[in-house]
Amino acid sequence: MSTTTTPSPGISREDLTRLGAHWGEPASLRSWFTTVDHKRIGRRYLVTAGFFFVLAGLSALVMRTQLARPEAGVVSPQQYNQLFTMHGTAMIFLFATPMLFGFGNFLVPLMIGSRDMAFPRLNAFGYWVFLFAGLFMWASLPFGAAPNNGWFAYAPLSSEAHNPGLHMDVYALGLLFLGISTTSASINFIVTALKLRAPGMSLNRVPLFVWAIVATAFMVIFALPALNLDNAMLFLDRRFGTHFFDPSAGGNVLLWQHLFWIFGHPDVYIIVMPALGIVSAVLPAFTRRGVVGYPLIVLSIVSISIISFGVWVHHMFATGLPQLSYSFFSAASTIITIPSGIQIFAWLATMALGRLVLRVPLLFVIGFIVTFVLGGFTGAMFALTAFDQQVTDSYFVVAHFHYVLIGGAVFPMLAGLYYWLPKISGRMYHERLGRWAFWLVFAGMHVTFFPMHLYGLFGMPRRVYTYRSEPGWDGWNLVSTAGSYLLAVGLLLVLVGVLHALLRGRPAPGDPWEGDSLEWATASPPEPYNFPVLPRVHSLHPAWDARTAESTTTGATADRILSAGRRTLVTSELDAHRERAVEMPESSVKPLLLAGALLVLFTSLLFAWYPVAAVAALIVAATIAVWLWPPRRPDEELGVVA
Amino acid sequence: MVMFVATEATLFACLLGSYFYLRFQYGPQWPPDGIEDPKLLKPLVMTAVLLPSSLPVVWAEHGIRRGQRWRLRAGLTATLLLGATFLTLQATEYAEKLKHFTMTTDVYGSLFYLITGFHGLHVLVGLTMIGWLLAASLRGGSFGAHRHDRVRNAAIYWHFVDLVWIAILFTIYLSPRL
Amino acid sequence: MSLPVETTAETTSSAGRGRRRPPALAALSGLLLLAGCGGSAPSALNPAGTGAIRVSGLWWLLFWISMAVFAEVMAVLLWALVFRRGTARVRHGQPLRFVTVTGAAVPFVILVAVYGVGLRDLAALGDPPDRDAPTVEVTGHKWWWEVRYEGGSGATANEIHIPVGERVRVRLRTDDVLHSFWVPQLMPKTDLIAGETRETWLQAERAGRYRGQCAEYCGTQHAHMAFLVVAESRAEYDAWRARLDAPARQPQTEAERRGQQAFVQGTCAACHAVRGTGAQGRVGPDLSTVGSRWSIGAGAVPNDAGHLGGWIANSQTVKPGNAMPPQPVDAAQLPDLIAYLRSLR
Ligand code: HEA
Ligand code: HEA
Ligand code: HEC
Ligand code: CUA
Ligand SMILES: [Cu+2]
Repeated sequence: MSTTTTPSPGISREDLTRLGAHWGEPASLRSWFTTVDHKRIGRRYLVTAGFFFVLAGLSALVMRTQLARPEAGVVSPQQYNQLFTMHGTAMIFLFATPMLFGFGNFLVPLMIGSRDMAFPRLNAFGYWVFLFAGLFMWASLPFGAAPNNGWFAYAPLSSEAHNPGLHMDVYALGLLFLGISTTSASINFIVTALKLRAPGMSLNRVPLFVWAIVATAFMVIFALPALNLDNAMLFLDRRFGTHFFDPSAGGNVLLWQHLFWIFGHPDVYIIVMPALGIVSAVLPAFTRRGVVGYPLIVLSIVSISIISFGVWVHHMFATGLPQLSYSFFSAASTIITIPSGIQIFAWLATMALGRLVLRVPLLFVIGFIVTFVLGGFTGAMFALTAFDQQVTDSYFVVAHFHYVLIGGAVFPMLAGLYYWLPKISGRMYHERLGRWAFWLVFAGMHVTFFPMHLYGLFGMPRRVYTYRSEPGWDGWNLVSTAGSYLLAVGLLLVLVGVLHALLRGRPAPGDPWEGDSLEWATASPPEPYNFPVLPRVHSLHPAWDARTAESTTTGATADRILSAGRRTLVTSELDAHRERAVEMPESSVKPLLLAGALLVLFTSLLFAWYPVAAVAALIVAATIAVWLWPPRRPDEELGVVA
Repeated sequence: MVMFVATEATLFACLLGSYFYLRFQYGPQWPPDGIEDPKLLKPLVMTAVLLPSSLPVVWAEHGIRRGQRWRLRAGLTATLLLGATFLTLQATEYAEKLKHFTMTTDVYGSLFYLITGFHGLHVLVGLTMIGWLLAASLRGGSFGAHRHDRVRNAAIYWHFVDLVWIAILFTIYLSPRL
Repeated sequence: MSLPVETTAETTSSAGRGRRRPPALAALSGLLLLAGCGGSAPSALNPAGTGAIRVSGLWWLLFWISMAVFAEVMAVLLWALVFRRGTARVRHGQPLRFVTVTGAAVPFVILVAVYGVGLRDLAALGDPPDRDAPTVEVTGHKWWWEVRYEGGSGATANEIHIPVGERVRVRLRTDDVLHSFWVPQLMPKTDLIAGETRETWLQAERAGRYRGQCAEYCGTQHAHMAFLVVAESRAEYDAWRARLDAPARQPQTEAERRGQQAFVQGTCAACHAVRGTGAQGRVGPDLSTVGSRWSIGAGAVPNDAGHLGGWIANSQTVKPGNAMPPQPVDAAQLPDLIAYLRSLR
């Protein structure tokens, strides 16, 4: 389905053949397991995260069916509690972040004009870990052993005494396992974006989406350790009798909450930030102009990622901490809305001063603005402690976070899906089908979640598997349930649309939208080496820039073709001056083996087969040692003198 | 590697933060009843062993940058010995402490063993890296003036393990006496 | 199903609030009022306590501000959608001033103002009752509320009586996991923290019965951990307190006597107490006044003979997972037990 490679002016047929030979992967089963191509890995992230989304979404439909009427008996309380926990955990950890990382994986090297991620094997490894960790967690559900403590798993309900069985061990180990993937992907993004940008792409020409991914990656680096530590302590408490969260032996249950939210609040921005990046990436093509206020948006991205580490206590406004600390965290939470406001009005200004082309991606961006702004407002309301104490842990909060998560993350993802589908698959999607999907998803979303504001205010707590008939609860809950079915139909149409495009879609040209960033300056789908000639960047909108186009055609130079091996360019962090060409690693099965060894390790920890775990740990160490073992080279090449 | 160390450092920061949080939530008596303030002599000796162990690494790294493989080999061996001494001392310290309290005695015990044990684990990982480098450099054909990324990465990690120990020394051994 | 004891307060409020607002706006907020305020739901928008009234004022302020800003956003969006269609590439315009003013400066001013109001309200919620105010000691259990009064000897469960118009201290502890004490119409939440004690207060401005519910997820039956706050006149309240400290009502009929015997000599007494009898268990709720309770099982089912029988025979079918195991009670004894327990008022 890929377009044939016709040599363009500037690059010879021999160069193309050589590039193809160095970068191409045979369509064999083996290459399926060993690939390190960021585009294949990115696609896998998208598909796998989509799969977990469907599982988590279907869990939500069961929950909504149970809640349609008061005192219904569709599921037992134990089942319901596992369902909502898996729904929340999977949506946050197995869907939202990996999905956005999938976009990042596919797009970052293309947008910055590179041939792959900085560490392609680490990238493959990260994907396998994500897949295994996700399956590890979901596999517990059919056995009735899934996590059942809510996605933030407060102590001491998570302790062995109050929660026997494997439930919370699955949670702690699953998230620790997954954390390996998220951390390695983040490191990879940071190094890629700092070192592999096309020559000329100085920091002030980096696409906003890449900025967002990098900021996200930094947040992961500094936020995730808190969660990992929390889960390690939980596991030790449960299995080995330590007392971190046990007040009867000097432990403290609020320690869990502090550590969780020190991670958890940045995490919600980890989710929304790349999604906002997608919005900034999609808008130029459909408003026919660059996004207004590039420096302001970069500033917002950076300031959100910093301030987000200073607001975590707003999730603990009802725990009775001192008022002084509440007023501080309340102020910080209030201030953090400002950078979001800047971005919203920058996009509005972009639309108001541009020319709108009302295609499906733009529809989803508009849906995003409407929904996210409403969700942001309720967030700003919670920032006021007095109000939050009234609505926290009620359905009002559930309404808030679905507005920001679906409005702020899912809508942009769908916009991105329609926008980049031609690039990813080489096929156009069906416009009418896409419009239908948009309207169903948009309507379904609001019909489902708007009423939650109401019955939250009317006193309905969250995480109840059933409720007593109350005026204002029954009717609106039924409306929510109906809305969730509507939403599901809409999402089904999205799925149908994607399948239709893959099977029947019109072949897509390299640049169907006249997009502004570099991914549009190459074929759809891109060749394994991304760019026959690595472009040179002269402005913020390289794909609209004749100079960049010239640099890959008549102005192509051998130092940007690099066909002598599997090579790409390393440039300087700030100005993207050419530093040197580097050799990129080839495909390898070691990432898969290492991830498999980790899976054995975590599974044996789960079932308390500690000797097996010890062996698995040794295998992990050995695999890493072999993986990194330096190839033997002659002393002259190494530069050994003594 | 710098990013990896950054995330690890955050982990230790959270860990030590948790120590102080639990301590100040616990009340005036710390360590809790029945556990004495940790003795200082042995940890200070351990510090004296671990801290200087960064110097041979620096020396070795500078050596290999100039292509002097013997400096790499010698420096790594020295560090390996110092690190192993540190771990041995830690093992003897554990042997004494375990007679008085364990990880399950109370939250102080949990913290003590988690923090020092986690650091010990890092020392072990660091030593594995050093040992691995040493093995690779003994084989020959691995590192030289033009290829020493792995040496630099391991060195960064080792310095980090070293520095964290200072924070732990302060938190676990010195701060209860303040 | 709805419980026989409704949890309403005499509703006088929605009319009062409506008057202050122009009709068009009232129609908008009518959506919110639709069922929640006018009816009998335990709605935060139908407040009857000093704390909740304050927060509902804050809510309406925030609501109208949000509507205004939302209208602004929608106006720009619609304007663009209507007037700015086309396909020509546009190059000009970086209206940074517009973005900073509408996106940062104006929100900043609004936010500082509401932050100030919010701080004032937070301080008001933190304003403690007098030193000698009545104090209710509430202990959370999986999944019911133990209620005692400072200075009293008796106990009850899932039901708190307070004198109307007075500020009553509520001291919160938990026996096991976290719970959260929430009476939407009276007072925002305070969590019950394992290993610690928290305090809040209740002050009802109107007599009435207000439903409360545990708001922190606490395991299997978090859904059925409700309670009732009864705000009544000082005299009624004093009578209730006296009743709580006195021995339970003695059996009057033969059946009740047999029931008492079955209760005290059977397994029940291991877990439940009835004042003035040999039953002194502390695992489950004190049953000395169970006959007058608003529900059985912390809101699980209404309190009538049928449900009581079902509960005793096998409470696990009623409230799966709760801490009371199925009881080996003779079919013959059950009616006596029911009669006895229902007589305890
Ligand atoms: C994508 C995820 C996402 C995003 C972006 C946000 C955004 C925000 N959130 Fe939200 N939040 C969650 C996900 C998210 N949240 C989740 C998952 C939970 C619940 C966890 C759980 O309990 O399970 C939660 C819970 C939560 C709480 C705790 C509630 C509780 O449990 O009691 C609070 C409290 O302050 C809060 C605040 C905010 C604020 C101030 C923002 C701000 O960033 C919003 C900023 C945006 C705007 C304000 C709109 C645009 C701005 C303008 C148009 C300018 C004009 C604006 C004004 C004048 C106000 N959030
Ligand atoms: C990104 C995050 C995300 C997303 C997208 C969603 C999506 C949805 N959520 Fe989610 N939700 C959370 C994150 C998210 N949620 C979190 C963090 C919690 C808190 C958990 C906790 O308390 O611990 C929560 C809690 C939560 C609750 C509260 C549970 C409780 O407190 O008791 C409810 C109740 O209605 C709910 C409903 C839904 C519904 C109906 C959707 C729908 O949007 C889902 C729609 C998706 C699908 C339906 C699947 C896709 C379908 C197809 C591709 C087509 C195939 C379909 C068919 C064949 C029908 N969610
Ligand atoms: C092992 C302990 C145990 C035993 C034995 C026991 N109960 Fe219970 N009982 C409980 C607990 C715990 C609850 C609270 C359950 C809940 O609401 O979650 C309870 C609740 C009740 C209630 C409802 C109280 C209320 O206010 O909601 C009644 C009535 C009751 N028990 C009667 C009995 C009778 C009669 C017997 C003996 C035949 C008995 N119980 C035996 C533990 C026990
Ligand atoms: Cu107790 Cu929820
Ligand atoms: Cu937050």
